[in-house]
Amino acid sequence: MKAIFKRELYAYFTTPIGYAYLVFYFVLSGCVFAYTTLFAMSADVSAYFSLMQLVLTVLLPLLTMKLLSEERRQKTEQVWLTAPVPVTHVVLGKFLAAYVLFGTSLVLSSLSFLILTRYAEVKIAVLFGNLLAMLLLGGVFLAVGLFVSALTENQLAAAVGTVGILLGFLALSFVSQLVNVYWLRFILDGLSVYTRFRNFTQGVFDVMAMVYYLSLSGLFLFLTVRVYDRRRYL
Amino acid sequence: MIEVKHLTKRYGHFLALEDVSFQIGEGEIVGLLGPNGAGKSTVMNILTGCLSASEGEVRVAGVDVREHPTEAKKSVGYLPEQPPLYPDMTVGEYLRFVYDLKQVDLPREPHLKEICELVKLGDVEHRLIGHLSKGYRQRVGIAAALIGDPKLVIFDEPTVGLDPKQIIEVRHLLRTLAKRHTVLLSTHILAEAKAVCQRVLILNHGQLIADEATDALARKVEENTHFQYSIIGPEKDVVKLLRGVSGVKDVISTGERDGEAWVYALSGVAGQDCRKAVYYALAKQGYPIIAAGAVGADLESIFIRLVDNATSKQ
Repeated sequence: MKAIFKRELYAYFTTPIGYAYLVFYFVLSGCVFAYTTLFAMSADVSAYFSLMQLVLTVLLPLLTMKLLSEERRQKTEQVWLTAPVPVTHVVLGKFLAAYVLFGTSLVLSSLSFLILTRYAEVKIAVLFGNLLAMLLLGGVFLAVGLFVSALTENQLAAAVGTVGILLGFLALSFVSQLVNVYWLRFILDGLSVYTRFRNFTQGVFDVMAMVYYLSLSGLFLFLTVRVYDRRRYL
Repeated sequence: MIEVKHLTKRYGHFLALEDVSFQIGEGEIVGLLGPNGAGKSTVMNILTGCLSASEGEVRVAGVDVREHPTEAKKSVGYLPEQPPLYPDMTVGEYLRFVYDLKQVDLPREPHLKEICELVKLGDVEHRLIGHLSKGYRQRVGIAAALIGDPKLVIFDEPTVGLDPKQIIEVRHLLRTLAKRHTVLLSTHILAEAKAVCQRVLILNHGQLIADEATDALARKVEENTHFQYSIIGPEKDVVKLLRGVSGVKDVISTGERDGEAWVYALSGVAGQDCRKAVYYALAKQGYPIIAAGAVGADLESIFIRLVDNATSKQ
């Protein structure tokens, strides 16, 4: 797992992807920060994180799109498929590499609020709640991205597919509010990852939502491993 | 080292391997031969744990590949047809990555150094894999397969796409490896199997149609009895003379010229080598042989014969 993790983290910086992600991330997060705090004359942490959800929906698939699809296309996956390591470790190693890059960028961009504390009252507890929730939500996004990347040989298809699924989740949270059928609403609510974020933006520390995010990440990572199991038994 | 019993692999309705059984002992160097699509890669993928068998049992170094894939993979080094290399890494980085991935116990730097010397990687350690020639990439792939000193090394078409000099070097390397490892290599080039392997397994349409020592196959070549001679001298006299030589079944003049000489096709009696007698008979009469060779006596023709027989039996 450690070998794969190191390799992938390193690969982000030997290919343009890592740099592209960081540039887009810091430009966009800077814009969002300026828009929600400086221009709005507000120290509201939640407005920033609410918008950042959308930014990450589009940006995080950049980090996962090539993790497995490119290995399949170039047939480099053979090196770890034939090595004495379980696929689970490989998938976790790749996930963690993407996660570390995402987590670092998110934490760094959130430091902007520390500067803001000199000029306005920032609710630090809410900041940490939002940050933690965003770290967990990002995990779900990356796990979905990794799963889609395992399904195709085409990086672009993986990225577009992941954005599609994540936007689908977003759409579900709107649709579920319109549905009156109890069981359908139950299912739709189960899939609406964005709805659960709302509690954090309101300053509520929602443990259930955290468990939900962790389980959903786990589910998609498990499905990713299953893709490889299925290919073995094809 | 390898035990394969009644191995069958289906892809949906397509039968890729059908009831294949063989054994390979420790220290053997065995060639897996067959036309494209015969099932060679499927066998290798199953041995390396990339694919699961539909039926049958596969053991590598005594470990069941299906039940304990991770354990079995520890004994196997594999070089796929296309070496699985990351072009954005340098050779040294890649080899260290594979070393970490395989969780090898041996001391890292001396172990990697030894392998690099063995495969003659020279001073490319700091070069990007993406900038290397095909021959060097192949060596990096072989080096990666050898990391961890696996008991069994499997090479899928190791010389495809290399130039003749590189082919000779790789074959030499394979023979060197056989001193320390059990080697299984797939190829569709028979000369390669002949040059390198002690034994060959021939697959056709997913069935094992031959499992023979390379020597035995070579003997079949020697038993071949068709020759072509270019001889200077009157055409009719030469034919007449040759027909009288013991061990010669038939001679015809092909009607082709080879400079001053006529070209003759000669078939001998099976089990009797007539070539010496032919030489002396012609020499005695003062008819010089300016060219001679066996016809259809290469491994290729035996291979085609085997494959044809198997196909017609089906």
